[in-house]
Amino acid sequence: MSGATDHLPRLLALVPWLMAHPGIEIADAAREFEVTEAQLRKDLELLWMCGLPGYGPGDLIDIDWHGDRVTLSNADEIARPLRLTPEEALALIAALRVLSDVPGIVDRGAIDRVLAKLEAAAGTASAADRVVAAPTPTADADVVTTVTDGLARNRRLHLRYWVPARDEATERDVDPIRLFNTDGNVYLSGWCYRSEDIRTFRLDRVLEVTVTDVAIDVPDETRRRAFNSGLFTPSEEDRLVTLSLDPAARWVADYYPCETIEERGDGGLTVTLRVQDDAWLRRLALGLAGVARIIDPPELAAETRNVAIAALAAYDD
Amino acid sequence: MAAERTERLINLVICLLHTRSYITAERLREIIPGYGEAKSDDAFKRMFERDKEDLRDLGIPLETGTLSHFEDEIGYRIARSDYALPELTLEPDEAAAVALAARMWTSASLGAPATRALRKLEAAGVEVTGLPEGLQPRAGAGGTGFPTIAEAAREGKVVTFDYRGAHDTEPAPRRVEPWGVVWWHGRWYLVGKDADKDAPRVFRLSRIASEPETEGPAGAVTVPPNVDLTALVAANDPRDTGAMARVKVRHDHAIGLRRQTIDISHEEGWDIITVPCPDPHRLAEQVLAYGPDAVLLSPAEAREAVVRRLKLLAESDA
Repeated sequence: MSGATDHLPRLLALVPWLMAHPGIEIADAAREFEVTEAQLRKDLELLWMCGLPGYGPGDLIDIDWHGDRVTLSNADEIARPLRLTPEEALALIAALRVLSDVPGIVDRGAIDRVLAKLEAAAGTASAADRVVAAPTPTADADVVTTVTDGLARNRRLHLRYWVPARDEATERDVDPIRLFNTDGNVYLSGWCYRSEDIRTFRLDRVLEVTVTDVAIDVPDETRRRAFNSGLFTPSEEDRLVTLSLDPAARWVADYYPCETIEERGDGGLTVTLRVQDDAWLRRLALGLAGVARIIDPPELAAETRNVAIAALAAYDD
Repeated sequence: MAAERTERLINLVICLLHTRSYITAERLREIIPGYGEAKSDDAFKRMFERDKEDLRDLGIPLETGTLSHFEDEIGYRIARSDYALPELTLEPDEAAAVALAARMWTSASLGAPATRALRKLEAAGVEVTGLPEGLQPRAGAGGTGFPTIAEAAREGKVVTFDYRGAHDTEPAPRRVEPWGVVWWHGRWYLVGKDADKDAPRVFRLSRIASEPETEGPAGAVTVPPNVDLTALVAANDPRDTGAMARVKVRHDHAIGLRRQTIDISHEEGWDIITVPCPDPHRLAEQVLAYGPDAVLLSPAEAREAVVRRLKLLAESDA
């Protein structure tokens, strides 16, 4: 895709968005569009040169600055956002279908109503027509709704939770931090006062749940740790590592946010990604044993190799 | 690409949206700044053709027509009804559902279009209030091939890709008549007719090992009437095969694997757990990730895969 075909949709979305938010701070607009403030200013300078043929003062898009606040006007022709592209409609509609398949998070009625509106807006020819989400009742919708409520209102939960390994029902107070689904199950991560640590609970094993009146008490450090326990969020300070992926491991490039992706020429890829936690990378590299390897940093490659040698020892019959 | 080009395209879009009558290319050359830089007629023609193509790629439809009944020169315009997102009013709970949906993809290939779509809705006046940060339902990665495959299913085009089935060590090329894409137990599947085997097949999108491509004309695929896509995936679901694996895991380790425990016994410092094993290769991957804290005991196929892959890693060059 050329730069213009990437840049143009942003500007065509920026104009109506700014018109809907008069007097918005530059920083807020930059955050919304995931660009730097400097880039957003450049975008505005460009838009300021655009308008109707004649290109006199009354023809051009008007941009008013008040310090760091900006108001855009006189852009009637492009005041409405562009229609959703087939890909955009697909991404939203397919995700909404999945959302309705995890009952209890959002009211089904709301999802059905918004799906109807989006399908109408997307037009008749949406690829989403060929996308189906099968209802997979895993957790009780009432349990999910109660947990979602506690999470949204930052209230401590009381759980009766079945531990299959010991086959016992346990009582515990939990400060909810994160609700997510994976492999068809719904989970809650939170601070468990019984374990005095972060714990993840599978919601189909929750026998009973109530929202208490107690406000949650979760330090930022704990919250960060709970979020990083599965979800991967890269930051500039994280270590940059290089992986070489065989074709069977190409999915890594799509699954994790890579900084760079290069074709290796044989169907494989060379990627770089930011890693917060060496232990996480070691687990990833071990799971990919034989189909991917760490190129850089070499000490992590050597360490992973040594772990493999140690693991192999257990298989000597 | 230069900012001048973006500027030219915006001016072109504004001009063609503004006009009621068709405007000829010659006239556009005169009034749109930037086209003036074209040194020759050929250079202008190339510029204009590329611009038209870029606008079409962005989903901006150019209408063509003649200026009047008496002339045959072709002109252009953009119909506002084709360009603009239709009026859309969302209730607060509907807006919250869309905002949540927009952040459900874990990969950029669908996450980026979802974010762009939400921005358009916000620009159209949909108010999205803050969602709890911890509310994170996921629709999975979907894979880079998802949009291509769903679009091929809509258009009725054959798709080709390399696929590594649960029991394959190497991906092999497949030709599929796509019927639909199904979300089932937390994963995405393509359901269709394997054109080479001439039989219905189910493909897990995460096992597609190449960029899918379409071939042949649209409408070439006929979806059998009354076909139940979900039922086909369910029938294919290996979790009902009852296959089990036994894994020796160190005390307090391999928590992820332990979540699936069906049966457990203990020995000094270790637990022996029994877990469902619908896919020996996937299980091997899970066990590999725990390094020396997990030892795969059975099935033999998965155990051999672990040993083979650990050897490959242990013997890899520095």
